[in-house]
Order: sequence, then C-alpha cells, then structure tokens
Amino acid sequence: MVAIAESVPKPRARFRFMLDRRGVLGSLLVGPAILYVLLLVGVPFLMAVYYSLSAYTIYNPSWKFVGVANFIDIVQNPVFLQTLSNTFIFTFGSQILGLILGKFGALVLLKPFPGRKFVRALVILPWAVPIALATVAWQWMFDSLYSVINWTLIALGFVTRSNAPNWLGTPDLAMLSVIIVNAWRFFPFAIVIFLAGITAVPQDVLDAATVDGAGFWRRNYQIIVPMILPIVAIGLVFGIVFTFTDLSIVFLMTQGGPVGATSVLGFAGFQTGITSGDVSHGAAISLFMLPVLLVVVVAMLRFIRRREI
Amino acid sequence: MQRKGLVGVLQDAGFYGAVAFFFILAAFPFYWMVITSFKTNADLYSVQHIPFWFNDPPTLEHFRYLFEKTLFATWLLNSLIIGLCVTAITLVTALPAAYSLARLTGSTGEALGIGIFLTYLVPPTLLFLPLSRVVATLGLQNSMWALVVVYPTFTIPFCTWLLMGFFKALPVEIEEAAIVDGCSLFGAFVKMAIPLSLPGILTVVIFTFTLTLQEFVYALTFISSSDQKPITLGVATDLIRGDIFYWGEIMAGALIASIPVAIAYNLFLDRFISGITGGAVK
Repeated sequence: MVAIAESVPKPRARFRFMLDRRGVLGSLLVGPAILYVLLLVGVPFLMAVYYSLSAYTIYNPSWKFVGVANFIDIVQNPVFLQTLSNTFIFTFGSQILGLILGKFGALVLLKPFPGRKFVRALVILPWAVPIALATVAWQWMFDSLYSVINWTLIALGFVTRSNAPNWLGTPDLAMLSVIIVNAWRFFPFAIVIFLAGITAVPQDVLDAATVDGAGFWRRNYQIIVPMILPIVAIGLVFGIVFTFTDLSIVFLMTQGGPVGATSVLGFAGFQTGITSGDVSHGAAISLFMLPVLLVVVVAMLRFIRRREI
Repeated sequence: MQRKGLVGVLQDAGFYGAVAFFFILAAFPFYWMVITSFKTNADLYSVQHIPFWFNDPPTLEHFRYLFEKTLFATWLLNSLIIGLCVTAITLVTALPAAYSLARLTGSTGEALGIGIFLTYLVPPTLLFLPLSRVVATLGLQNSMWALVVVYPTFTIPFCTWLLMGFFKALPVEIEEAAIVDGCSLFGAFVKMAIPLSLPGILTVVIFTFTLTLQEFVYALTFISSSDQKPITLGVATDLIRGDIFYWGEIMAGALIASIPVAIAYNLFLDRFISGITGGAVK
C-alpha cells in the first residue's frame, strides 16, 4: 500500500508542465467545434424557448413577452391534444413493431445460410436510404387507386375493388400506415443493434453457463438479454428521439390528415410556425417534445455512466 | 427417423419462410421503385394489369423526362455541392476537436464529448423556427447555402464522437515517441495521429455526405425555389403538378438518389454502429 501511494505523484509531477500546454492546445483544437455547436444549436435553442414565451409572428416580429399564454392557448385546443396523443401512438407503436421485427430479424440473420450476406445487405436498405424518398415509394404503394397492396388483396379475394381500403384517407388506417412506414424504416437499425449486442457476448461466458446447467431460455434471458441491454437501450434512445420529433413521414404521406388523425408534434409545429407564420405558437408546440427528450437523454446518460463503473 | 426428418424439413421451411419474409419486407419498396421507374404510363396506370412485372416493354421515358424536362440535374449538383462543403467544414472542425477530447483534455474531455454528442439528439423540428431567422439574418433565405451553414450542426457532433473513438483506439505510444523525438504536440497530431486515422476520416467523409443526403426537415423549411433544392427535397416535393404525381419520374429520381447511399451504408455499417453505441459493448 505504502509503496503504491508513494509512486503515484512522480509521473504526475513529470507531466505537470506538459499538462498546461496540453490544456491550451486542447482548448484551441476543440474551440471551433464547440463554438459552432453553441452558436447554431445552443443559441437557437434558447431562441426557441423565448419565442414560445413571446407574441412573435412573421407578420408582427415583436419580442413582446407574454409568459406562458401561448402554452395555455395550445393545451386548451382539442386539436393539439389529439396531436400530442398521436405523437405518442406513432412513436411507441412504431418502436414496438420495429423492436419485434428487429429481434426476430436478428435471430434469423444470426444463423448461417447460403446468401446471408446478400440478404443482410438488402435488409439494411430501409434504414440507409433517405427516408423522404422511401416514404414517397410507400405513398405510391398506398395510392388510393393504384395501390399494389390493394391489388394483391383484391387478387387474393380478401376485398373487392369497391370496398378496398383507402389507406391514407381513413383516420385509423392512415395512422397505421405511417406507423408501418416508420417501423419499416427502423427495424433494420434494430436488427443491427441486436446483432452487434448478441455477437459481442463472449462465448466462454455462455459455455460456462451451459456447463453449469443453464438451458437455452436461461442463457437467453439471464445472460444474453442483460448483457445486450445497454446497447439496445442506446438504440432505443435513437429510435424514440428521431420518431418522436419526426416530420418527414407524416408531411409527405398524409399532411397530418385526414382531419388531423396523423398530425404529430413536429408536423403541427411546422404547420403553425412555418406555414402559418405563427412562430410563437409553433415554437411552443415544438417545445412539448422537450420533456420526452430530457427523460430519454437522462436515461442514456445513466446507461453510459453505468457502463463506465 | 422419418418423423425427425419431417420435423427438420418443417423447421427448415419455417426458417427460410422467415428469411423470405424479411427479404420481401425490406426489399419490396425498392423493387417497386425500380419497376415503376421503367414502366410505361399506360402500364403503370391500369388497374387490370398485374402490377408486379412489365406488361409493356420497359421504357426509359421517365429517366429522359427527369433529366430533360425537370431540374433533376440541378438538384443532383446542389446536393453534391452541399455535401462537399459540409464535409469540408465538418472535417476541419471535428477532426481537431475529436483529437483534443480524446487525448488532450483528460476527463473534462470525456464529459465534453458526451455533451457534444447529445446535441446530435436535439431535433431539427425544435430548432427550425429560430434557425430560419438566423438564416434570414445571414441573408441566406431560400438558398442552398443555408443548408451548408446548418447541416454541420448535426454532422459535427456525430463525427466528433465517431473520431474520438478512432483516436482513443490508436496506441498513444506512437505520438509519445514522436514527441520524445522532438515533434511538437501539434506536430504529433498532424504528422502521426491524422495519417494513422485515415480509415476513420474516410468513414466520417462518407457519413457526412450521406447524412446531408438524408436530411429533409431543414431543406423543406429553408428552401422553396426549385433551383435551390437538394435532390431529396426536389424529388419528394417538386415532381407534383397540382394533384398529379409523376410517379414514374418520382421513383426514377428516388432510385438514382438512393443507390449511392445504400452502397455507402453497407460498406461502412459496422463503423457507424460502433460510432453511435460508443462501445456500449466491450
């Protein structure tokens, strides 16, 4: 103990003068990046908060402070409450569907079979390709008249042409459609995350458990699942954040319709703040994303910290 | 014995059924893009024809229309310019920042790195209102240069995080040896760390480029003139006249824009994953 305690200060003293220079150079190198992020993320974020507390519109760009009046306006509007619940349905519906598809997809792709690499490369596509472009392809597949999905359903005899579903024109089906597209977009990401987690579980741990008498399910739920939980949690953080704040799928496929059935926070913020020019109310709507984002981010930080301990 | 064989066959059938399910689920929309973009309009807009293959011979008319009668070539060029400029800005800022956070600033660097990475999670739909004012103040409203200014707000955090991982994985002894041999601290970064992390830099270049191609919200918010649009926005919003969607042209454009991104992702997927999970699995 004593010997160790004495030997610690030595290298520290040796590097002390270096450390000062390192600090200076370090700040110089990291400065531009931090400045960029502060100016174009930090400042706009504070502006967004202030907008939501002001009476700012593009027709009357005043910075008059109105307190929480905008928020009171918003929560008293039943259309907004529907938007808020839509956002939760959209987020959790598509994340759950995506996770289920991802877990099964990972199990399938874990097993070697001829052509696995090719299938794997194709399965990544929904996540890689720009979502706006893939969404337009889905919009065409859900077309009211030339939908290939309806054509198949009609050909199989499930529905007739006269009562074929109008995917994007019926409230519940429209919500289901945007959820499907978003789950479709995220499931490859979930597969990749699960695969990365499962393949990183050391084989000797599994072997030791097997020797000790653990069966398939025990190995699966008491070893693999706890070990891949951090990486799955981080994947889920990404999924939730990007879905909860999404605009493009709803904007392109349904424009929030029919009658607001698929309007989500990002879309409502865009409609109010940009299209209608009511910046203050738009900012207030967008800020409703913040609590969820904070919860998710705190959860992520805890996971990172737990990893380091 | 025969029974076991039957069970085995059934298991195999189930397994390959699952493979086929995922294959079709992932690939069908892209198959649909391809087949739509090569079909004649008469074939496309018919409820009688079987939609899954060509009933008329394939045609290039949609591609021809796309390049000759629309601004598609301009959008392609815009996206290329935006991608190159954003990549340059990102490299110049993120490379030194990542090195500094990985090597020079100790435990504050670690915390700062996590802080920078968290800004990647601040969504565009929270920032687009104030940023559109910032863009207007800079005199860049309705110009693709607005995107060059704004896109680094998410590429810098992402790439700094990714490069931090790369620098941490380099053996520090190489730089220490260079310093002992008389190299300055900055010299060790430029002459040793940068050349050694070239694979990381390549990854960052590819991902910055694809992130700019994938972005939609800022482009939609800041740009309304057709000739300033990047390719994703142009294809998704500009090939519609009134109520009429030019599906053949839209799918052809989407196909052209998707192919490079799809290839890039498949080549660099592992690095992307290890980048965002930050080594959550050791």
